[in-house]
Amino acid sequence: MTSGDPVQPPRRVDRAGIVIAALLAVLAAVLVWDARGLQSTAMYGMGPEAMPVVVATGLALLAIGNFIDALRGNLPARESADPVPVVLILVGLALLIAIIGLGGGFILATSALFVTTSAAFGRRAVLVDSIIALVMSTLIYLAFDRLLTLSLPTGPLERLL
Amino acid sequence: MDTFAALAHGMAVAVQPMNLLYALIGVFLGTAVGVLPGIGPALTVALLLPVTYKLDPGGSLIMFAGIYYGGMYGGSTTAILINTPGESASMATALEGNKMAKAGRGGPALATSAIGSFVAGTIATIGLAFLAPWLVDFAVRFGPEDYFALMCVAFVTVSATFGDSPIRGLTSLFIGLTLGLVGIDKLTGQARLAFGVPELLDGVEVTTLAVGLFAVGEALYVASRRHHTEEKLEPVRGSLWMTKEDWKRSWKPWLRGTMFGFPIGALPAGGAEIPTFLSYSTEKRLTKHPEEFGKGAIEGVAGPEAANNASAAGTLVPLLTLGLPTSATAAMMLAGFQQYGLNPGPLLFAERPDLVWGLIASLFIANCMLLVLNLPLVGLWVRLLAIPQPWLYAGILVFATMGTIAAKPSVVELSMLAGFGVLGFLMRRFDFPIAPVVVGLILGPIAESQLRRALAISLGDPMALLQSPISATLLGIALVALLAPFVLKGMGRFKANED
Repeated sequence: MTSGDPVQPPRRVDRAGIVIAALLAVLAAVLVWDARGLQSTAMYGMGPEAMPVVVATGLALLAIGNFIDALRGNLPARESADPVPVVLILVGLALLIAIIGLGGGFILATSALFVTTSAAFGRRAVLVDSIIALVMSTLIYLAFDRLLTLSLPTGPLERLL
Repeated sequence: MDTFAALAHGMAVAVQPMNLLYALIGVFLGTAVGVLPGIGPALTVALLLPVTYKLDPGGSLIMFAGIYYGGMYGGSTTAILINTPGESASMATALEGNKMAKAGRGGPALATSAIGSFVAGTIATIGLAFLAPWLVDFAVRFGPEDYFALMCVAFVTVSATFGDSPIRGLTSLFIGLTLGLVGIDKLTGQARLAFGVPELLDGVEVTTLAVGLFAVGEALYVASRRHHTEEKLEPVRGSLWMTKEDWKRSWKPWLRGTMFGFPIGALPAGGAEIPTFLSYSTEKRLTKHPEEFGKGAIEGVAGPEAANNASAAGTLVPLLTLGLPTSATAAMMLAGFQQYGLNPGPLLFAERPDLVWGLIASLFIANCMLLVLNLPLVGLWVRLLAIPQPWLYAGILVFATMGTIAAKPSVVELSMLAGFGVLGFLMRRFDFPIAPVVVGLILGPIAESQLRRALAISLGDPMALLQSPISATLLGIALVALLAPFVLKGMGRFKANED
């Protein structure tokens, strides 16, 4: 995972590492804030608020540890990453969630995800991929909905089957 | 003699025609999914969980046993033929196996790994059958404080001891512990970290987390660095069968690999990398053909493959007897039990012996089926490997989301899946291990409830944790394991513990 061309020389302040440390600190604060709203009803021992505080303490300590690692530039070297395909797949997931949420059904939703993911991996034949996606998700739908009787969400296309 | 009777009973359960069919389907699906590049056994189990939703617990666990071993076989095929180990436990196999495939000896490499896995799996499953009842007898004496201490050991060993950096491993663990806090507190009924979202009251689903982290995260990661690597599929040329010389050079590594794999896997420390690399370096030292190492030595495939499979059976020991998952794959198996409300542990052995022993017996059967299926069907598996990457990952994501859609088709659940995918991507990118998150989510709530029970019994006196000798010893081990990597910093450490 760490082999390949390092983007930055070691022993430099790692900004991403600082952000990670900050996020851990925020998470710890959220835990404490949430735990304050809990009522301790336990007569003896720990109430429900004890464990979040313990975890928050751990997170805060780890935030410090990660911060020190980042300052020293101790993070493993990273390869360059291409953001475009990542965004494309996330768009596909967003489409899937939207289609399921709006009642568009399983076949349309997974087909949208299939086509965007395939495009993210470099395919440019959207029409061919769409046909493959529709056929495949219809087959999956039939296999799982009819044979294994799992209930998958239905939309306009599923009602035609 | 008890073990024999129980095992015979388990066999009687497992050889019922329906159960044999389940095992066969499991083995087939497990290999088919496990052979896909980038998919390790943990993800194989996670992706195939929904297939078992509608089965009865017995049938589903038997299918699971098949999926588990099938996924392991599939992973080694990928490692040998395209040098992309789906998991770090196959890395040693890929070292020599891929070289053998390049030299036109892919057939014998696949054969020694298949037969070695069979030998190791069989011996280790026998070990499991004999060790488990003994450990169960010991575990029934455990009080809540002892369980809590045991979980502390697992937390530390899974995240800190064997990773690249104890800080990053512990960070992963604590993210998992945080996720484990979400939902209604079982003792007081108060909601924690739910932020008024009703879907969060049930807590975070293990499968959603695992599929998000492993499948979606992996797809995002591979997509982001597509410009870096070119995978090359080695065709299987020449004879599939091992020569007499190959057999002679393989059988000892198989047995030695098993001896490394099973005990280390059975410890609540987790991980198959250590035994596989121990086996690799041992074979390298003992071989009569040192010049072949690095160029495709059959011993370098036979030993690590056996160690890998033996340790997989080994991790079932703490899982079945103590309910303690020590690898991501074991965590997914535990999720499989939990979907039927079953909690592995000493009680399960007493209450549902048919289930537990049926599962153990099915491991034997799955192993035999794989030996028979794997080599003749190798042409089919190779064709699966040739699926173009865009369709492969698109298909993986469709399957991954399908599991969540089938279980809980809500916008919140799917958004969580996508969110965990992004988390998995970032963790891969910044080199945080992933298995501790899953283990933290599963074990965190159990550890908390055991601790609270222990403190309630002792009327709030925390010294109760140290008064039980078992608990005091285990906490001591956990403390040493936690501090050792910091003390030994600078010395050679083991590679990241990802399963």
